[in-house]
Amino acid sequence: MWYLCVFFHRLLDYRRAEVESLAEMLGVYSSLEWRLPENQHPDSPFHLVNLPSEDVARNIANRSILVKGIYELWGEGSSFEQLEEAIKNYPEDRKLPYLTCETTFKVTVDSFGKAISFQEQNDRIKSLAFIPFKGRVNLKNPDFNFWLMETDDYGAHNGLPPVVQKRIFFGRLVGGADRKLLPTYQLKSRRYLGPTAMDAEMAFLMANQAQVMPGKLVYDPFVGTGSILVAAAHFGAMTMGADIDIRAVRDGRGPDCNVWSNFKQYGLPLPVALLRADNNLPPWRPGLKEVIVFDSGYFFLNTMIPFHPLGAWLVRALTVDEMCEGYGSGSFECLAASLTMREGNTEENNSMSLVAPTQFHCIFDAILCDPPYGVRAGGRKSGGRKLLKGIVGPYTVPDDKRTDHIPSTAPYSLAECVHDLLDLAARMLVMGGRLVYFYPVLRENDVVENHFPEHPCFKLIASSEQILSSRYSRVLLTMVKTGSYTEKVAEAAIIKHQEFKENYVKWLGDCNLHSSVFSPAHPQLGEEPDSKSCKELKPKYRGKYV
Amino acid sequence: MRLFTHNMLSSNIKGVANGFPLRIEAEQVLEKQVDFNPDFLKNMFPKLEWKALVDGARALGYADLPEEADSLMLESEEFLRKFHHVLLELHLEEGALTCPETGRKFPVNKGIPNMLLHEDEV
Repeated sequence: MWYLCVFFHRLLDYRRAEVESLAEMLGVYSSLEWRLPENQHPDSPFHLVNLPSEDVARNIANRSILVKGIYELWGEGSSFEQLEEAIKNYPEDRKLPYLTCETTFKVTVDSFGKAISFQEQNDRIKSLAFIPFKGRVNLKNPDFNFWLMETDDYGAHNGLPPVVQKRIFFGRLVGGADRKLLPTYQLKSRRYLGPTAMDAEMAFLMANQAQVMPGKLVYDPFVGTGSILVAAAHFGAMTMGADIDIRAVRDGRGPDCNVWSNFKQYGLPLPVALLRADNNLPPWRPGLKEVIVFDSGYFFLNTMIPFHPLGAWLVRALTVDEMCEGYGSGSFECLAASLTMREGNTEENNSMSLVAPTQFHCIFDAILCDPPYGVRAGGRKSGGRKLLKGIVGPYTVPDDKRTDHIPSTAPYSLAECVHDLLDLAARMLVMGGRLVYFYPVLRENDVVENHFPEHPCFKLIASSEQILSSRYSRVLLTMVKTGSYTEKVAEAAIIKHQEFKENYVKWLGDCNLHSSVFSPAHPQLGEEPDSKSCKELKPKYRGKYV
Repeated sequence: MRLFTHNMLSSNIKGVANGFPLRIEAEQVLEKQVDFNPDFLKNMFPKLEWKALVDGARALGYADLPEEADSLMLESEEFLRKFHHVLLELHLEEGALTCPETGRKFPVNKGIPNMLLHEDEV
């Protein structure tokens, strides 16, 4: 059924991606259908989305951060007459259950782009008298919430998406985001902060992109003050963090001002582990083996199939025998190796119990991070600068100084850092697990290059831009692990990385991003008037600068 | 540091082939209560190296885990409780992790293992 999905007017790129990610988390595996209401700009907050049930719609909306509300749309139109017509034509059996006399209700009038006075609001509510409301009004805690929303061209200079024609919507609220989370978790209230602590709203969006749920294990290799993991822990995940800076991760600013205290402050479960480690040389043991047990086929159907080219075939071949035939012929390459089958509870609800003792190197359900771009914080890795450049041989630490030796570190370029991150994620994520991270891009004359790092094990499913300044923005990339990690894949990934580095990211080298972002502009003489006229020509619509 | 973490870590010094499991030298061990979550335990069980967990528990002064375990034992509440206690409630607060091949000590300080390598180990 089609629902009206109204967003908060911010982080425009993140809105649909969040709903799509949550829908999948809640068991909707086909991709969502979207459409825009008549005459609406793509950046408008009003969207129509097709969802399988009201429960799914409610759960998506309540878990989201950017959905103001999902509504069962009773009618829409360009004028009140059209709206009345549409509401009257909406099937009675869909309306009457919500209008009965034992229920309570409330009507809210809202507009996008303009404030409506109390008097006008009342007039509009009264004009809805043609709807046979039989229940009583309850403004505090009604059973049903009805919303009358309108958008119109209220003047050109408010920076909002252009409106071609007035549009009015009337619907019943199904669910909406719990924005109360944001003041609770806002950075202002956080005891231990670092210079690049992740904003609470963004951290929650990242957790939603990663489909964080209770019992999942989430890892952040650049944990810093733990600001991203706090959001993951709020949604019930087990968290794990590493950082190369031991002061950030161990000491903080005192016994009650460190990463642990940031979790205690909100009554969240503490991270399972914090450690000091280098993302360039991660200390995880090789062959973190995973024996995948397909009990009742849940993991299989829900995690592997949506991403595998043979998925559709496998959905059809639901009997155990057929599935095994599939494995036997080696068509599902990552499982073909040595698959044994235990027959037992096959009669019960079509469930199967297959054991695939294949070596997967995976343990994390999601990796969430904000890698150091070298703009506000630079990355570091093991090995001194001179050592890595080959100027000096490795410094041999004398035996008597080994215990408290502080190893030197060298700068860690973003390109290398992202390559290591993808490699780590490919090795350590479970199949279908998500890697969600920020990647900076330069903006030149409002044109953004859309070349993002790639990896043979991953499929990029969302990229959402957030503009940070006129010079650069950061893009939240959501990648899903679709292939298993092998030596061959690792080699292919290195080649891909080299190509990527040569073609697209020359500016990502040592400090180029920093200088591109901070170098002063040098307007040549005579160009002054140009830049002034440029300012005047700036479009009235602010687009993504909201 | 919990034994869960210990079960995932290895020494990654250049040239070391078998850096797992790290030997635990315990100076201070803490017990902190954690909510019991059987689903998490069942999910993690197949991913763990059981022997490393048993040896690690012994190094922290807990010897009640069976030497061998298989997934059928996860049905028993008593076993799960012990497993939970070892995996998540025992903390190595102060001590060191020793590389089984080279004997290099990775210090554990305030519960945080320091896995950063020296210049001549990269």
